[in-house]
Amino acid sequence: MTHTPKPDCAGRRLTKIRDILDRHGRRASRLVPILQAVQEEYRYLPREVLTEVAAALEVSPARVFGVATFYSHFAIEPKGKHLVKLCDGTACHVKDSIPILEAIRRRLGLKAGQRTTSDRLFTVETVACLGACGLAPVVVVDDQVHGQMTPESAVQLIEDVLAREVAP
Amino acid sequence: MRAERTPAPSPGAPAARRVVVCAGTGCVAGGAYDVFQAFAAQIRAAGLSVVTEFRPEPNGHDVRLNPSGCQGFCQMGPLVTLLPEGVLYTRVKVADVAEIVSRTLLKGEWVERLLYVDPATRRRCRGPEQIPFYQRQQRYVLRECGLLDPGSIQEYVHHGGYAAARKAFRELTPEQICQEIVRSGLRGRGGGGFPTGRKWEAARTQASPKKYVICNADEGDPGAFMNRSVMEGNPHSVLEGLMIAARAIGADETLIYVRAEYPLAVQRMRQAVADAEAAGFLGSNVFDSGLALRCEVMEGAGAFVCGEETAMIASIEGQRGMPRPKPPFPAQSGLWGRPTVINNVETLVHVVRVIREGAENFRKLGTPASPGTKTFALTGHVVNTGLVEVPFGATLREVVFDIGGGVTDRRGKVSRDGFKAVQIGGPSGGCLTREHLDLPLDYDSLRSAGAMVGSGGLVVMNQHTCMVSIARFFMDFTQRESCGKCVLCREGTRQMLAMLDDIMEGRANGETLALLEKLARAVQKGSLCGLGKTAPNPVLSTLRYFRAEYDAHVFHQHCPTGQCKALAKPAIDPVKCKGCTACARKCPVGAIRGEKKQPHQIDPAKCIKCGVCAEVCKFEAVVGV
Repeated sequence: MTHTPKPDCAGRRLTKIRDILDRHGRRASRLVPILQAVQEEYRYLPREVLTEVAAALEVSPARVFGVATFYSHFAIEPKGKHLVKLCDGTACHVKDSIPILEAIRRRLGLKAGQRTTSDRLFTVETVACLGACGLAPVVVVDDQVHGQMTPESAVQLIEDVLAREVAP
Repeated sequence: MRAERTPAPSPGAPAARRVVVCAGTGCVAGGAYDVFQAFAAQIRAAGLSVVTEFRPEPNGHDVRLNPSGCQGFCQMGPLVTLLPEGVLYTRVKVADVAEIVSRTLLKGEWVERLLYVDPATRRRCRGPEQIPFYQRQQRYVLRECGLLDPGSIQEYVHHGGYAAARKAFRELTPEQICQEIVRSGLRGRGGGGFPTGRKWEAARTQASPKKYVICNADEGDPGAFMNRSVMEGNPHSVLEGLMIAARAIGADETLIYVRAEYPLAVQRMRQAVADAEAAGFLGSNVFDSGLALRCEVMEGAGAFVCGEETAMIASIEGQRGMPRPKPPFPAQSGLWGRPTVINNVETLVHVVRVIREGAENFRKLGTPASPGTKTFALTGHVVNTGLVEVPFGATLREVVFDIGGGVTDRRGKVSRDGFKAVQIGGPSGGCLTREHLDLPLDYDSLRSAGAMVGSGGLVVMNQHTCMVSIARFFMDFTQRESCGKCVLCREGTRQMLAMLDDIMEGRANGETLALLEKLARAVQKGSLCGLGKTAPNPVLSTLRYFRAEYDAHVFHQHCPTGQCKALAKPAIDPVKCKGCTACARKCPVGAIRGEKKQPHQIDPAKCIKCGVCAEVCKFEAVVGV
């Protein structure tokens, strides 16, 4: 393991995980909801936590990692403070969602394959469909849905978040 | 028993004043919650009392204010309906609320500027009955979505809700329920169109002490949002259908598997289950029948393949969501090896209607082989985007032109000859063209045209849409979502994607097309589940109807719509160019040269084909982009 958490930190973490596991009766059949709860707590699935979950459920770490990497909602890398989701469902796609994605990525200086900015302020993802097709193209910033976007208005959303970051 | 205390419907109640604010995902994004709060404040300020909970016998001085589910006219949101007048205001902002209260609510006048204007006739429409989008629909599944408060079980019961479930538990035997559903001819609305009654009958006749019913609410097709809207707008109707299904097969445990991208639907379904438990509709003694029934809402974790029955079961069991071979079918051996019925959200809502109104009434709409209505999510290049419910057998022309209001061009304006194709059925479906405009929409005629009803996503595409790029879009989706179990699906879809990239980037030849078609057939045959079996459909159907477009890409290195950037050869038409220098100033790589007021030229060696020049040109002088 590359980093060892401080003992008090680790203690608190263990209590939280124990709570989640207890809530689900420590049953391996509840693995998906357990991982969802863990991710809600940490905003991603830290490797050490997955190992702990496996031990507590008495299944192999491979089974837990297998499930964690299968579903697109589970992140095994930390995400940025602000989550920007661009819908690339069919309706958004035919209404030119990709130029919006490119504009956002350009504004944040993301390189090919990079999803989180190096200051961990933003993570940019595409999702298959948010079901808000009537508003296509759609961008979601921190769970706030914005419809009928253009590259310019989407970049403005980023600027707004940045402005709030500077002067909270 | 607590359930018995719920008030019975009283049709003679006075027509009370009511303000309904649409709180579907679309309207919420447009600020519907703020509009709702503004109404509460303004109505109070006008000296009237605001009632936000359902009351069976309203007082004449009260104004009922309630949120509703998605009303389907998302693009015009936030929507506000005033009853009993039935006036519908569109694009309502917080700043409009005071005027609505003072003029419509207090004086009974309309606020003209907030009424919908029919783009075809330029006429202002007062309410849904004058708006072509609503006028030509036949809403059964969606009927109550735009009216009821989705958070109020009392209101649902007041509108006759849970009467069908009560009847199923107290008056009907499981055999009778299954027979009624068989007689109704109801077919699964999730995609395949399998007869629901037969599915139930197969599970009912299994001798097992434990059975399950799962509601498939993992609506993963990009471009479809019917199930989301029903769960957000009328969650109790879904739950009631699920209860009837459980009674029909003898299950005492049910589960609703909701797609995680739908947080509002998850929240409303959970609330509905909790309220039904509190009312005694779920629990150890359902409707005093002595039977027990539990329901759990589970959130998916983002895998398209989990919409497939066996993959969904694996996911619920805490495994990777991978399908397994059938038989045994889930009706024989499903969740935890027990008989399991899996039904789509919309199917379950139809079940309620069949039990409530009888199979004969249900069969009155639709075609003999596809009875009833179907909801479609109408999106893309069309004037009115939103949710549409029509009887099976309606034509594409009625849906796209009469209800949808026609096709739009690049700038969102109505385009008379703009129609190119409709993509139906998402990644499993296919394209329909101009020649199919009068084809009746039903399971069998769509299948014969190489498409499928699928879950009901209808994406309209105009002349500026490149069909190769649409095929690539779906192939990119399916190759990412392939679970990896079957080699032909896992590797085949990836290779097909690579071939489509070759076609779009000018590396393909005649052999590519032949190989693409051959591999498509192989993937269809060599995959276990619906995802792989149908993944090649978008490619095969575009090859069938738009072969010339593929040929242009392959043999002439030319994309007829100019969408494929790699094939673009931007040039400036010297006749149209006025030498305004706008393009030269905006070109990020300095590839455009020319004197002021003289035609400009693009240097192909420097050009990166970004298309900025075409965007800024006011004279449409840039061609080939």
